[in-house]
Amino acid sequence: MNENIISHEELAMTAPTIKISARNVDVHYDKTHAIRGVSAEIPSNSVTAFIGPSGCGKSTFLRCLNRMNDTIKNCQVSGDIMLDGEDIYDPKVDPVQLRAKVGMVFQKPNPFPKSIYDNVAYGPRIHGLARDKSDLDGIVEQALRRAAIWGEVKDRLSAPGTGLSGGQQQRVCIARAIATAPEVLLMDEPCSALDPIATAQIEELIDELRQNYSVVIVTHSMHQAARISQKTAFFHMGTLVEFGDTKTVFTNPRDPQTESYITGRIG
Amino acid sequence: MLTHILILMVLALALLGFWLGKRKAILAATSLHSLPVHYASYVLLMTILPASLTLAIWSLAEAWLLHDQSLTLSTTNNTLAQTDTALKSIVVIIVAVLSLFFAMQKVSPEFRARNVVEKFILAALMVCAALAILTTVGIVVSMVFETAHFLNLHSWKDFFFGLDWSPNFHGDSALSILPLLWGTLYISCVALLVAVPVGLLSAIYLSEYASSRIRSIAKPLLEVLAGIPTIVYGLFALLTFGPFLRDLFGPEGFFAVGWMSDTRSVATAGIVMGIMLIPFISSLSDDIINAVPQSLRDGSFGLGATQSETIKHVLLPAALPGIVGAILLAASRAIGETMIVVLGAGAIARFTGNPLEALTTVTTRIVSQLTGDGDFNSPETLVAFALGLTLFALTLGLNIFALYYVRKYREQYE
Ligand SMILES: Nc1ncnc2c1ncn2[C@@H]1O[C@H](COP(=O)(O)OP(=O)(O)OP(=O)(O)O)[C@@H](O)[C@H]1O
Ligand SMILES: [Mg+2]
Repeated sequence: MNENIISHEELAMTAPTIKISARNVDVHYDKTHAIRGVSAEIPSNSVTAFIGPSGCGKSTFLRCLNRMNDTIKNCQVSGDIMLDGEDIYDPKVDPVQLRAKVGMVFQKPNPFPKSIYDNVAYGPRIHGLARDKSDLDGIVEQALRRAAIWGEVKDRLSAPGTGLSGGQQQRVCIARAIATAPEVLLMDEPCSALDPIATAQIEELIDELRQNYSVVIVTHSMHQAARISQKTAFFHMGTLVEFGDTKTVFTNPRDPQTESYITGRIG
Repeated sequence: MLTHILILMVLALALLGFWLGKRKAILAATSLHSLPVHYASYVLLMTILPASLTLAIWSLAEAWLLHDQSLTLSTTNNTLAQTDTALKSIVVIIVAVLSLFFAMQKVSPEFRARNVVEKFILAALMVCAALAILTTVGIVVSMVFETAHFLNLHSWKDFFFGLDWSPNFHGDSALSILPLLWGTLYISCVALLVAVPVGLLSAIYLSEYASSRIRSIAKPLLEVLAGIPTIVYGLFALLTFGPFLRDLFGPEGFFAVGWMSDTRSVATAGIVMGIMLIPFISSLSDDIINAVPQSLRDGSFGLGATQSETIKHVLLPAALPGIVGAILLAASRAIGETMIVVLGAGAIARFTGNPLEALTTVTTRIVSQLTGDGDFNSPETLVAFALGLTLFALTLGLNIFALYYVRKYREQYE
C-alpha cells in the first residue's frame, strides 16, 4: 500500500535514473516470512541506506539484490527485481555473472587466506578482466588506491591478507569488490567491526564511490546513515515502512514508527 | 588381616571424616569461606591419601624384600609375613586416624577448603596425563632395550644397509630392513594413491554439493565403513579382490598377459588398504572443509565465483593444512597396517617395481618372526623389536612433520 505512494512521490522529487527496482518482493525461510511485499527503487550514483531494528530483514533484502540468497538452501524469493530494467530472477540470468555486476562487502572482514595481491586479483582473474600481468597489476593498484589502502599495503602486497588489522582487512575487501568492476556495491554493516577512525575512512570512501557506483549500505548507526546516504529505507518486521530522501526521513518522517525508531536511537 | 578389608576400613574412616567435616562446617555456620561439601571432601581426601600412600609403599617394600628372602628362608617366611601384615594394618589405620584428626582440626570458617580441593583435582588430572605419557615412554624404552640387545647379536650394518631378508636357523641370517621397508612404502603409496583422490573428492561432494538428505545417509555410511575391522578387509583382499585381479592379469586371465602369478600382490593389498583409508580421509577432510568459515564462501560467491572456483581457489587452500594433516595421518596408518598386508601382500622380501607381484612389509615380518617357536633370545626373533622401533620412528617422524607443516602454514595465514 504505502510502497506505491513512496515510489511515485520520491521519483517526482529527485528523478535520478533507477538502477535497481524491486516490486512486491517476498522472502521466506521455511516458515519465517522475512520480507513482506517490499517495493523499492534504488537510484544510480547515490548511496542508499537500509536501517531498522535487528532481525527486520535488511540483510535478507540486500542479499536478494545479488541473488546471494540462492546459496541458502531454505530461502525462497518471489516478486520482481530489475537491474537496469532486466529481471535478475529470470531463468536466463546467470547468478554468477550477476554477482560480478552487483558486488558485495560483508559485515565481518573476510579476506581469503591468500596474499593481499591475490585477494584483490581474485575477481579480475576469475572473470578474465586482465589481459596480462601488468594489466592485472594496474587493476589491483587502482582498486587498492580507491579503497584508500594502497599506501599502507603497497610494500607488502605478497603478505597474507589475514595478517592486516580489521579496518585494513575491510578496506582490502572493498578493494576486492571494486576490482571486479561492479555497477552496484552492496555493503552489509561494513563498519560494524571497525574503530571510529577506520569507520571515518570507509565513510569517506563510500562517498567517493558514489561517483561511479550505486551503493546500498545496511547500517545500525543513524549518524552514519544521515552522514553518507542520499536515500534511506526504514524496515520493520519485514516490511518497508518508509523510503525517501535521507533528509526527509530524518527530519520529517512520515511514519510514526520511523520517528520513534530514529528518535529512540538519536536523541 | 587381608588387604582389601584394610582398604575398606580406611574408606569407612574417610566417609566418617566426610560426615564429620560437613557437620563441623555446618555447625560453625558463621560465614564459611567454602561450601560445607568442600570441607567434607577435604577431610575425606586427607584421610584416604596418607593411608593409601603408606599402604602402597609398605606393600612395595614388602614384595621386594620377600622376593629376596623367599629363596633362602621359605619356612620362617610364613610367620614373618603374618606379623608383618598385622603390623602393616595397624600402622595404616593409625595413619588414617591421625590424618583424619589433623584434617578435622583444620576445618574452620577461614580455612580455604575449596581452593585445596581444587588443587587436589588439578593434581589428579596431572597424574592421569603423566600416566599416559609415561606409558608411552615405557613402551619406547623397552623397545629400545630389546633393539640394543638385537644389535649386540647382529651387525647393524646388515640391518640398516643390507639388501637381503632371509632368516634361517643356522645363525647366519641376513636380516635387513630395506627390502621390507620398500614393501611397506610401496604398498602404502598405492593405498594413498587410491584413498587420497577418492576420499578428498567425496569429502568435497559431501560438504559442498550434496543435499542434506544425501549427506544424512552418506556420512553415517562412511563412518560405518571406517568401523570395519581390518581383518575383514584382509579377507576381502585374499578371497575376492586378489583372485579378481588374477582373473584380469594372470596367465589365463582376461587380458592373457601373465603379469600376475599369485593372488597376493602389492596391488591387492594396496588397493584394499586404500579402500580402508577412504572413509578415514573423507571423514576427516569433510570436517575440515566444513570448518572453513561460511564468510569465505560468501565472499567468493559475492565476487561472482562459481562453486568449483570457490572450492579450488578458496576452500581447498584454506583447508589445506588440515587436509595435509589428514593425509599424513592416513599414511602413518597405512605404514602400520598389519592384517591386510599379512593376508594380501605375500611373504617374499625383494625389491620389485611390478605392482602385480607379491612383496612383504615390515609389519608382516614382525608377525611372522614372533609367531614361530624360535628361541626368544635369537637375533631372528629379536629383530622384530628393531623392526617395530624403526616403524615407530617412521610414523613418529611423519606425525612431527605433519604438525610442523600445519603450524607453519597456520602462522602464515592467521
Ligand atoms: N538463514 C536463515 N534461515 C532462517 N531464517 C533466517 C535466516 N537468515 C535470516 N533469517 C530470519 O529472517 C529474518 C530477517 O533476518 P535478517 O538477517 O535479514 O535481519 P537483519 O535486519 O539483517 O538483522 P541484523 O540487523 O541483526 O543483521 C529474521 O527473523 C531471521 O531470523
Ligand atoms: Mg543483518
